[in-house]
Amino acid sequence: MTHTVQTMTHPAVVCRRVTKSFGAGENQVRVLRGVDLDVPFGEMTLLVGPSGCGKTTLLSVVAGLLNANSGEVMVLGEDASRMSGGDAVQFRRRNIGFVFQQYNLLPALTAAENAAVPLFAAGVPKKKAVAAASGLLSQLGLGERLHALPSQLSGGQQQRVALARALVHEPRLVVCDEPTSALDHETGNAVMELLTRVAVRPDRAVVVVTHDSRVFQFADRIAHMDDGRIVDTSGAAGLQPAQTMLTQTKLAGVN
Amino acid sequence: MNFVALQMLIGDRAKYLGLIFAVAFSTFLMSHQSSIFAGIMNRTTSQIKDIRDANIWVMDPKTQYFDEVKALTDDDVYRVRGVEGVEWAVPLFKGLPRAKAFDGNFRVVIMMGVDDATLVGAPRDMVLGSPEDLRQPNAVLVDRVGYEFFFPKQPYALGKTLELNDHRVTIQGIFNSSAPFQNLPVFYARYSQAMTYVGRERNLLSFVLVKTQPGIGDGEICRRISAATGLHAATASDFGWQTIRYYIAHTGIPVNFGITIAIALVVGTIVAGQTFYIFTLENLKQFGALKAIGVTNWRITGMILQQALMVGAIGYSIGIAMTATFFEVTKANLDLRGFVLFWQIAAGTGAVVLFIVMAASLMSIRRVLVLEPAIVFRG
Repeated sequence: MTHTVQTMTHPAVVCRRVTKSFGAGENQVRVLRGVDLDVPFGEMTLLVGPSGCGKTTLLSVVAGLLNANSGEVMVLGEDASRMSGGDAVQFRRRNIGFVFQQYNLLPALTAAENAAVPLFAAGVPKKKAVAAASGLLSQLGLGERLHALPSQLSGGQQQRVALARALVHEPRLVVCDEPTSALDHETGNAVMELLTRVAVRPDRAVVVVTHDSRVFQFADRIAHMDDGRIVDTSGAAGLQPAQTMLTQTKLAGVN
Repeated sequence: MNFVALQMLIGDRAKYLGLIFAVAFSTFLMSHQSSIFAGIMNRTTSQIKDIRDANIWVMDPKTQYFDEVKALTDDDVYRVRGVEGVEWAVPLFKGLPRAKAFDGNFRVVIMMGVDDATLVGAPRDMVLGSPEDLRQPNAVLVDRVGYEFFFPKQPYALGKTLELNDHRVTIQGIFNSSAPFQNLPVFYARYSQAMTYVGRERNLLSFVLVKTQPGIGDGEICRRISAATGLHAATASDFGWQTIRYYIAHTGIPVNFGITIAIALVVGTIVAGQTFYIFTLENLKQFGALKAIGVTNWRITGMILQQALMVGAIGYSIGIAMTATFFEVTKANLDLRGFVLFWQIAAGTGAVVLFIVMAASLMSIRRVLVLEPAIVFRG
């Protein structure tokens, strides 16, 4: 693959007039209706909005798991819509880290082995991969739980393992889908703090889809979605209490 | 990812063991029943195999298999001897007289009558005595099955007597015989004596045994004998296969065994396939996560095939070991002698097991290949 990677002066993700529909004819559902979004490097961008507004679909398109029907999607300088299936898979493997709502850890692998899966996929020898993952897990406070199975870990610990898995191969884009929804407030805060501290770097962008308003405080940028479009983008620091209230109201689906 | 594939499989111990059991059971049943079938078919040629001196068997053209013979005339021996390329030819008699011990125990036995002069066709694997002892008056050689039936729990000893169709005979040798199909005792006597132990008919000659001259092919000799005499001539091997084919075509044996083997194949495939599929379904989100992370479809297919092959290899090994152990444990039993696990059956069963695990994994592979990685978001 000979695509060139953009410098960090340009956004990590650029979406222009992105549309995505499912189904056909009378049963067609238009989920994304012309999304414009920039995700800069070095920032955590939240995608917020009511249920069914298209956040997860947009995240899937940005991550290369779904193809947009139209519009432009540039991810790390690559035109995602022009990538072949094999190139897209390889691109994801090298450049994108995933944090899922339900963790999706492999139950038969230890914490260190789970975190090392992206390195296994890249062909890194097992010993080396597990050593790298173990170092990262230690940074995330799981140095004493490296050999534990997922069933032996708490929810917060499992999400930290998932976070390590998302970061072990040094991706330049991390996408997180509701990373705190399965966690209590304190644990969710802890995970977000880790995400902010470890994941956000000048050469990396983090995109988080969330309902959880408690997470807003960790964001550098919040993009509000409604009915398949980005309706507002603001820096979280600039949000006034009233605006925060407005955001929460929108999330509740009340206009 | 090989490590990940194996850990995923072993981690679900219940399904892992279930898969192995299904394959092992299927392997055992298929290899065991196939071996029993092959052993039974092999038994139909026991007396042919036990005669090692001659390489050509000559018989009436209507004779289809060893156990049912249309008699030749005494002149046929001389006619065969006159065929160019025949080094020697001797008569062989086969009959089914009834033998009786003096305690009243009786059994129909297979009586083989070998040439008086040369004793060609006499057994070579002697336990006690010698084939030459057939020259003694009223001498018979009996196999171990026959001796143990008529003289149960008695040590092997020569000189004991039996009654063969109102004729007294003396046991002058005990030998190891290949188990016959009908599992009857096997007796040997001189040709002239053997004919007296069965009811008198005009013709009693069953076969002519032939040894070919060096340098002439067996097939050529068979053709010459048939052309010269009008009789059917076949090598020992061909006559053996002719006999086996008769039993396959005219008995229900292959159907019965075939059904059992087919059931083992089908059940093994279904159970393994179902268990594999359930295993895949339960790990679908994990497979989706792997696809999202960037594991290619080819790699995931390889992982599933690796799991299938591992289960197949372990299950096959256990199943074949069970079959081999069964035949090893039972080989000392006289009634079960001759039943072994042929390498061809082991190899064939291996090929079938490979098919089973491949078929079992196909549904799983298909399910994972069509899985959209985007489903991992929001479960």
